[in-house]
Amino acid sequence: MSNAPVDKGRRRFLTVATSVVGGAGAVAVAVPFIASWNPSARARVAGAPVEMKIDKIEPGQLVRSEWRGSPVWVIRRSPEMLEQLSLTDDRVRDPDSNQPQQPEYAKNKHRSRDPEWFVAVGICTHLGCSPQFLPRNFTNMDGIDSGFFCPCHGSRFDIAGRVFQGVPAPTNLVVPPHYFIDDATVLIGQDGETA
Amino acid sequence: MIKRFLLALALLLPSVAFAAGYSGPLDKANYDLRDKESLQRGAQLYMNYCLACHSMQYQRYSRTFDDLGIPQELGEELLQFTSETGMHKTSAIDTDAAGEWFGLTPPDLTMVARVRGPNWIYTYLRSFYADDSRPFGVNNAIFENVGMPHVLEELQGTPRLATERRMVDGEMTDVSVGIRADGNGTMSPEEFDQAMLDLTNFLVYTGEPMILERQRMGYFVIGFLIVLLILTILLKKEYWRDIK
Amino acid sequence: MSRIMNWIDQRLPVSNSLKLHVTQYPAPKNFNFWYLMGSLALIVLVNQIVTGIWLTMSYNTDAAGAFASIEYIMRDVEYGWLLRYMHSTGASFFFIVVYLHMFRGLMYGSYQKPRELLWIFGMLIFLVLMAEAFMGYMLPWGQMSFWGAQVIISLFGAIPYVGDALTTWIRGDFVISGATLNRFFALHVIALPLVIVILVFLHLIALHEVGSNNPDGVDTKKPKGSVPDEEKSPYEFHERYTKKYDIVDSIPFHPYYTVKDLVGLSIFLILFAAVIFFAPTMGGQFLEPPNFEAADPMRTPEHIAPVWYFTPFYAILAAVPNAVLGVVMMFLAIVVLFLVPWLDRSTVRSVRYRSKLHKANLAMLVISFIILGFVGALPPTEFWTVVGRITTFTYFAFFALLFIYSKNEKTKPVPERVTK
Repeated sequence: MSNAPVDKGRRRFLTVATSVVGGAGAVAVAVPFIASWNPSARARVAGAPVEMKIDKIEPGQLVRSEWRGSPVWVIRRSPEMLEQLSLTDDRVRDPDSNQPQQPEYAKNKHRSRDPEWFVAVGICTHLGCSPQFLPRNFTNMDGIDSGFFCPCHGSRFDIAGRVFQGVPAPTNLVVPPHYFIDDATVLIGQDGETA
Repeated sequence: MIKRFLLALALLLPSVAFAAGYSGPLDKANYDLRDKESLQRGAQLYMNYCLACHSMQYQRYSRTFDDLGIPQELGEELLQFTSETGMHKTSAIDTDAAGEWFGLTPPDLTMVARVRGPNWIYTYLRSFYADDSRPFGVNNAIFENVGMPHVLEELQGTPRLATERRMVDGEMTDVSVGIRADGNGTMSPEEFDQAMLDLTNFLVYTGEPMILERQRMGYFVIGFLIVLLILTILLKKEYWRDIK
Repeated sequence: MSRIMNWIDQRLPVSNSLKLHVTQYPAPKNFNFWYLMGSLALIVLVNQIVTGIWLTMSYNTDAAGAFASIEYIMRDVEYGWLLRYMHSTGASFFFIVVYLHMFRGLMYGSYQKPRELLWIFGMLIFLVLMAEAFMGYMLPWGQMSFWGAQVIISLFGAIPYVGDALTTWIRGDFVISGATLNRFFALHVIALPLVIVILVFLHLIALHEVGSNNPDGVDTKKPKGSVPDEEKSPYEFHERYTKKYDIVDSIPFHPYYTVKDLVGLSIFLILFAAVIFFAPTMGGQFLEPPNFEAADPMRTPEHIAPVWYFTPFYAILAAVPNAVLGVVMMFLAIVVLFLVPWLDRSTVRSVRYRSKLHKANLAMLVISFIILGFVGALPPTEFWTVVGRITTFTYFAFFALLFIYSKNEKTKPVPERVTK
């Protein structure tokens, strides 16, 4: 055993060095535990893009599909429905879709790639209920026949999924990534061919 | 004392081997999980010859294609005979019907390499021989009265037990010298052995598809721990200079 | 900072407990390799609890889905394979560490007065740990899980009169089934871990009450006033210890043994990682090959052997020709360990100062235990059955001999103070 006086500096350096390396190790050990909470391969396969046939949809009709466990609506809007969209401009919170509730290609008045086709996640942006589609008798507002009504807390959205003023829901309905493979098929969950 | 005890402990672990039904010598399967071409050939053999009866339900198509370096579209076109993308492989035949035909439901083979070991599989695949007393006309040298046909006969040719007359203990007797194919198969004996090695390789992969990732990570972890060990030794020495 | 500590300390004795059990706990300065195992066992326990909690997040307790859910963890969950291997390897390492820890206690007489209760708590931990490991091994619902459980539960059938009813009650069915799996799951993930944690707590409290033994087996707490000041340990210890005793040859647990245990921990982790990353089945010993096949109640594997840490006791069971007696002997093999504090009537603790006979006897116990471990893992042949019987006899002979010779044992003179 040496009788040399304690070298405080060396002792402190080694303590810090061991703590830092040990701490880094502890952080590394946490990685698998945290990462294991990510969606598993099974969940990711289940959450893969969904193909949907749309050639049998009549104007004014809504068809439901499921993507990542949520209802997805595809609506073929009739000319009357599209016309009424201009009537709601000053009654909705976010007429120009400034909130990031849709992909860039749906940031327009009709909130879709093609004015006729509206694709949206059918979940109310308030507390997650699924609103009802009302193709007629939507409101007592002049000339507006169709839209979506959430029965849980009374939120209303127009036929482009834009939320009306004075209702609990804060933002427009979410438009999922989607693109049209051909005239008869839409792929939900993917922005385009290469995404 | 300590060393002796630890040595005894170390010896205790690996030496107790598990007895499978057959306890004779097995041929060594020199498989290589890094050889993607071999794995791809093995996968193709499995899909074409085995999957009809033996499911591989715990292995995903999509992962297989990724790990084996097969583009997804190509894999789906050439190797995936069921409709689901990235879903578990399923048998092309009904398992109940198979149970009646073979007397036993053909087992799932996802983890057969973990149950039997690669050497057993490699030997088994090359140990079929013609035997007219069996319902399918074949038997297996290391799996007596095996309940399946020799589905690879078109590749191997008809395998027959080869014997030679030799002097044993002063008497001429027929001695088994292994299995030889008739030469009516599409592969030469060497090609067939290589094909069976590919298939074994693939089965080792499906048994534990993360094997390479696991080992790669292991080097990093142990490297890190050695650094930590050096530091802790220095730290301990530094503090223990106090102790007289 | 110190104001916050003061605020807490007035309400919860945090600083005091830290001093009492860590920074001012007097630990004999001559601890060797064997004294590492206690800390390591604690680390492994934490590993088992944390990885276990994470495994339950993806495990399916349904008999139809249990096996597939393990493969789901192994293949689909990110790093699931690592969590699973950490847990399965941890189980085996737990027993390695615990067996070495128990052997340390036997070797240095750590069970002798005043540490009898400490030993009893330790043995209770061992007993519950075996139940915990057995139930955990059932959860993957492979062939070994199923048939291993079948064999072990059937042991209770050997009990006269109530045996059959008892086994049916344990299984909750007429065979091992989903009902059995579910109750074992509940016991494995919450009931037994809770019991183990409580027992470990009691084990530690009892240890700190009587103080740690050491390789010389001599007291480092001398009667108050019997030691001149310059002989006492120069460190500050908690007054709980110094009030009643003069402390010699001791050093504070922290920092001296924390830094020493860190070295041991690093070495341990290297071995642990080597198994996890390069040999997770350990040649079929930590994870047995038949367990990679889903449980099939219609077909028994060709050879059933328990996992390695049970094989010594399993061999004792198999060595006795009578089924009832076999079960009795197997339990007796564990019970007799509880009684060691009273079977050993010597007052000398450490093997260093005991007779050659005692050393030979202890060696016989270790050798018997290891051979029994082999015998329990091998298929039963005539030769191995005979070996199993002989070693069963020598295993029990250790305890009988210990009781006989320890009363008037010729021991070497024990030093006053610990040696270098």
